[in-house]
Amino acid sequence: MFIKPSNRIRESEITPESVYRERRRFMQLTLGAGALAAASGAGAKPGFVADAGAAVGPDWLKQKIADAEPYGEKVTDKLTPYEHVTSYNNFYEFGYDKSDPAKHSGTLQPHPWKVEIAGHAEKTGAFNLEDLLAKVTLRERVYRLRCVEAWSMVIPWVGFELGELLKQFKPTSRAKYVAFTTLLDSKQMPEQASRFSTIDWPYREGLRIDEAMNPLTLLAVGLYGKPLPNQNGAPLRLVVPWKYGFKSIKSIVKIEFTEKQPGTSWNVRAPNEYGFYANVNPEVDHPRWSQASERRLPSGLFSPNIIDTQMFNGYADEVAHLYKGMDLRKHY
Amino acid sequence: MKAVTWRRLFIFMVALAPFGWIFYRTISQQLGADPAKTIVLFTGEWAIYFLFASLAVTPLVRSAKWRWLMPHRRMLGLFALFYALCHVASYLVFILGLDFSRFFAELVKRPYITAGAPAVLILIALGATSTKAMMRRLGKRWQSLHRLVYVALGLAWVHVLWQVRSSYFEAVIYGILAALLLGYRLYWRQKMARKKAL
Repeated sequence: MFIKPSNRIRESEITPESVYRERRRFMQLTLGAGALAAASGAGAKPGFVADAGAAVGPDWLKQKIADAEPYGEKVTDKLTPYEHVTSYNNFYEFGYDKSDPAKHSGTLQPHPWKVEIAGHAEKTGAFNLEDLLAKVTLRERVYRLRCVEAWSMVIPWVGFELGELLKQFKPTSRAKYVAFTTLLDSKQMPEQASRFSTIDWPYREGLRIDEAMNPLTLLAVGLYGKPLPNQNGAPLRLVVPWKYGFKSIKSIVKIEFTEKQPGTSWNVRAPNEYGFYANVNPEVDHPRWSQASERRLPSGLFSPNIIDTQMFNGYADEVAHLYKGMDLRKHY
Repeated sequence: MKAVTWRRLFIFMVALAPFGWIFYRTISQQLGADPAKTIVLFTGEWAIYFLFASLAVTPLVRSAKWRWLMPHRRMLGLFALFYALCHVASYLVFILGLDFSRFFAELVKRPYITAGAPAVLILIALGATSTKAMMRRLGKRWQSLHRLVYVALGLAWVHVLWQVRSSYFEAVIYGILAALLLGYRLYWRQKMARKKAL
């Protein structure tokens, strides 16, 4: 008797050996990330993670990251391998090619690091990163990252809920927004001195206070169980998984509670292309390209890994209520 | 062999080297997270470089007296076409997965592709008419047809400019080069006109 398979496999779907090998590596990485989170000992480095060189940090941070609360939920997406997460970046302070940040971010000195907390809060001031991290619980979170350029990755971050930190500074009733600023120092970030740049440095981003307080919103200090490499925004970066990647500002030196909606770099540069909200939305296209689908990286040559983009990047259950009654075509 | 043949062989090998380099990086899996995009950008950039190279021949022959270069102009132009075709082919195969319905959607959605497509069509037409036989057959019209290369260059420039995100660097450099090459031709035309008047 001939039993017909329920799902016929198209020829294009049959996996070439190179891709198959890559997938095996994936699986090792996925397992490895869990094992890593559980591993004790500072800076435990499994052999299969390519050493990016820049993924170094002080021992206290390595220890803290190694002790982070492991991610409890089931991971259904395949993780993007460490080597790709750390070599394919938009971090224009170090160049405009995707490979530039990994090559040129060695000038950034993320330790020691101070963050200024300012604006409408009872407590403000400049704090050492170490002191800020003493106030919060580090957790591993696996998030999808959807870039406005229509590619995406899945990354195991290590960080803490932004809200957990912000509450401790007791924002006042006038704190309607939270504004973030990246380091401004062309010695450490050479492209900030470029005459051809379209961005007015330093890079700035912002969130509405309820977005900032949402439990999904993360301030990350690590990925794949290691301190953030410079090219990924060391030592402290925002991760807002339901918004396009450019909202997730890197190498943060200032967090300010504001009453008015703060200016944000890409929105100021091209307001018709990049909104303040920048929620992932397959129904609202960028003026120069469609946002209905995305290429999940790594993408194979003969099997472009194209998937449908989900509303709020698949986090609608957690965040859709924040935008009730808003016209998302207008507030893109 | 004659010197010109050696030179032809040498230029051919050098012009093919970028292709060899990207081919090697592809088969040895060194293209990173998004190999398709890397290949498409790489071949597109080399198409533009060869377009500039072929347009630089005339000024170099006229003003720097590099007469030996003239017989190789055609090959430089054909390499611009070669890399442009690689650019389009890798876009169709690696980015779109040969899904042509998406191609037409992209053509409308992404205006920089709308600008780039006719540039490639022009290069194809120029490549097809680049033989000696075609030159003879077209006579005077050959020259006017091949002036379309300036239109192709302009379109390629717009194609780059419309993709600018964080830096104008590339677009500015290409713009300056194009202006210099065009400016030289205007200067030469005036110079010749004055000579005639005398």
